[in-house]
Amino acid sequence: MNKIFLIIQREYLTKVKKKSFIIMTILGPILMASLFILPVYLATRQDDKQLVNVLDETGLFFSKFENSGNYTFIPVTSSLQEAKTTLSEKGDYMLLHIPATQLNIPDNAIIYSDKQPTLNLKGYISGVMSKELEKHKLAAEIRNEILRNTPGYKAGGDTTAVDLMSETILKNIRTEVEITTYKTGEGGEEQKSFTELTMVVGYVGSIMIYMFIFLFGAQVMRGVIEEKTSRIIEVIVSSVKPFQLMMGKIIGVALVGLTQFLLWIAFTFIIITAVQTAFPEQFKKTQTQEAGISGKSVALPNETAPAAPNSITADTGNDDLNEIFEAFSSINLPVMIMAFLFYFLFGYLLYGALFAAIGAAVDNETDTQQFMLPITVPLIFSLVVAQTVIQNPESPLAFWLSMIPFTSPVIMMVRIPFGVPTWEIALSAGILVIGFLGTTWLAAKIYRTGILMYGKKSNYRELWKWIRYKG
Amino acid sequence: MILQANSVTKNFGDFTALNKVSIHVPENSIFGLLGPNGAGKTTLIRIINQITGPDEGEVIFDGKRLNPNHISMIGYLPEERGLYKKMKVGEQALYLAQLKGLSHHDARQRLKKWFEKFEIQEWWDKKVEELSKGMQQKIQFVVTVVHEPKLLIFDEPFSGFDPINVNLLRDEILELRKNGSTIIFSTHNMASVEELCDNIALINKSVKILDGPVKEIKRKYFTNSYHVQYQDFNSTPYQIHEPGFEILESSIEDGVCSVTFRLPASKGPNDLLAAMIPHVSVIAFNELIPSMNDIFISTVNAVNANHILES
Repeated sequence: MNKIFLIIQREYLTKVKKKSFIIMTILGPILMASLFILPVYLATRQDDKQLVNVLDETGLFFSKFENSGNYTFIPVTSSLQEAKTTLSEKGDYMLLHIPATQLNIPDNAIIYSDKQPTLNLKGYISGVMSKELEKHKLAAEIRNEILRNTPGYKAGGDTTAVDLMSETILKNIRTEVEITTYKTGEGGEEQKSFTELTMVVGYVGSIMIYMFIFLFGAQVMRGVIEEKTSRIIEVIVSSVKPFQLMMGKIIGVALVGLTQFLLWIAFTFIIITAVQTAFPEQFKKTQTQEAGISGKSVALPNETAPAAPNSITADTGNDDLNEIFEAFSSINLPVMIMAFLFYFLFGYLLYGALFAAIGAAVDNETDTQQFMLPITVPLIFSLVVAQTVIQNPESPLAFWLSMIPFTSPVIMMVRIPFGVPTWEIALSAGILVIGFLGTTWLAAKIYRTGILMYGKKSNYRELWKWIRYKG
Repeated sequence: MILQANSVTKNFGDFTALNKVSIHVPENSIFGLLGPNGAGKTTLIRIINQITGPDEGEVIFDGKRLNPNHISMIGYLPEERGLYKKMKVGEQALYLAQLKGLSHHDARQRLKKWFEKFEIQEWWDKKVEELSKGMQQKIQFVVTVVHEPKLLIFDEPFSGFDPINVNLLRDEILELRKNGSTIIFSTHNMASVEELCDNIALINKSVKILDGPVKEIKRKYFTNSYHVQYQDFNSTPYQIHEPGFEILESSIEDGVCSVTFRLPASKGPNDLLAAMIPHVSVIAFNELIPSMNDIFISTVNAVNANHILES
């Protein structure tokens, strides 16, 4: 155990001290930060004027929507069915349906569109609606509150009591507007679709797992080849078991990967926060100019701000990044990060062992091509299928691919932001762990023989023979 | 007996790398493991190093069946050797020494001592790739012996060294033996075998065909042959006729005859001289001792010839 620790330590330290690691650690967050910022930027770009049909059954909200450079809001008075037909006939941008409910003021709206409505527009709609709702609720709350407290209430009295009261009021009226988007298909069928953000998160997660597996798997492979070509391997295996060396290398590189990932997360947040605090106005300004809709946000009034009722009418005008973060929090970030770490780690471990076996089977990197195929095919396949899975995260294809250990790390990452039953995650995770043990067992056998073989062109038949050799 | 391999067999698929090979390595001696390329020497060495295990048979180290605790008691310098090119010399030596079970502190102290002995302290912070091949070999030697193993295995230790370093290395090996280590020595260099080894085993085509102390083997291959140079009185060469004296080779150059005789077992060098002196003037006389090289070649060839005959 002590020896495996030494190997892990060496792998880790030499890799972390490398220039390429430092460069990647710096470049990664810049890329990721732009991944956050770019969609916002792109989503706010909209060239032609769009017509938004509004079917407001409550009659409360329509008047509050203001036409802007890009969006024109048109009232619709017909039934929902008719409105939908008109929408597809006229080819308008989208239909916003705010259903009336009997008891409360509605806090949800439905968008029908054959396109994906921009984040900005959705932010604007929910911003207007929540502001309106908050007004109504506030009015009701204040009425209740004052009625309840009339005996003890004195104007100009103890201010802390008023502050306290205002805070309670604010808490009670805090409203989040839920907007569901339905995509109207070609045949007029409604297909439930999710926000771009869920997709982006899922897809980014799966791409990152794909990248990490390749990146760090290839590092393991190159490490093994290095040990073979520098002929140090025989010196080392006379001190430690080949399995210890292989696992030490794989774990060491995994720790490098985790370090890099955590540094990326930390730096990304630092960069985003820095950008946010450095240019809050500029950000807002450019977007306002281009989109014509000010970046009004679903975010609620700042909690630390004085909780005077006025603060609600004064739009806080948070920028769109906040909107993104807000939306992120609706995805259940902890689960996401845990899942990411798990699928990254075990996906990497599963493939890492195979990469090590390939490294052991060849004499130099150019010979790896023929053996790389079985590794690259399932990975690339899962990345390609991921795009289908995003559209339909609960299809049987998605289910089965998230069970097969060779595709599950990538596919499951796509599905998790959409919500996956716990038993499915548990089963998929269990199969992945078993798959990891299986490939490691197999790879160790190839590795053990391969590292001491020189000058022999190996092929699959050869590998099969190595697997069957006795220790 | 520090090491004993009993009837060790190892197969790789259909190929038999070792077939019931037994060797006995006495403590505090230098043991030569000889054999042509592909004979199975490296496989046997790998089994002793526990890199692979035998299919049949067993290896006894210091009275106990070979087990992972023995790894730190064995030092191995493989024929295919090398170091991490990008790593610093000192860092790397420390790493390898610790893999052999030394503590960080001990490893550093002992390495410092060795580096001083070889006068290579200034290499400590250099990267391996900055050193010449011979320098790298020195480092490699140091990391092989730094944990003071009871048994050292050198596979072709002299390849890659210049003559000065070969001498240095030979002296180190002799000193290691003096200090109580046992050395197994695998080589094709027969001169060094004769010079250094106390015992040998010769492996050919996965079978051991010869083993024992070098002196005994030489005695066994003693052919009772002599090489004589002489001048003839009556300039008629090759006229020595004694029953049983066989002339193996003869030549004449500038009036000096060179003849190689093989004598029957009952006769000795004195008989040969007694027979010659009345007729010729002897210039030089020496016994033909078979070199390890000759023994190696003749034994291997004889076995291979038998194989061909059998098949």
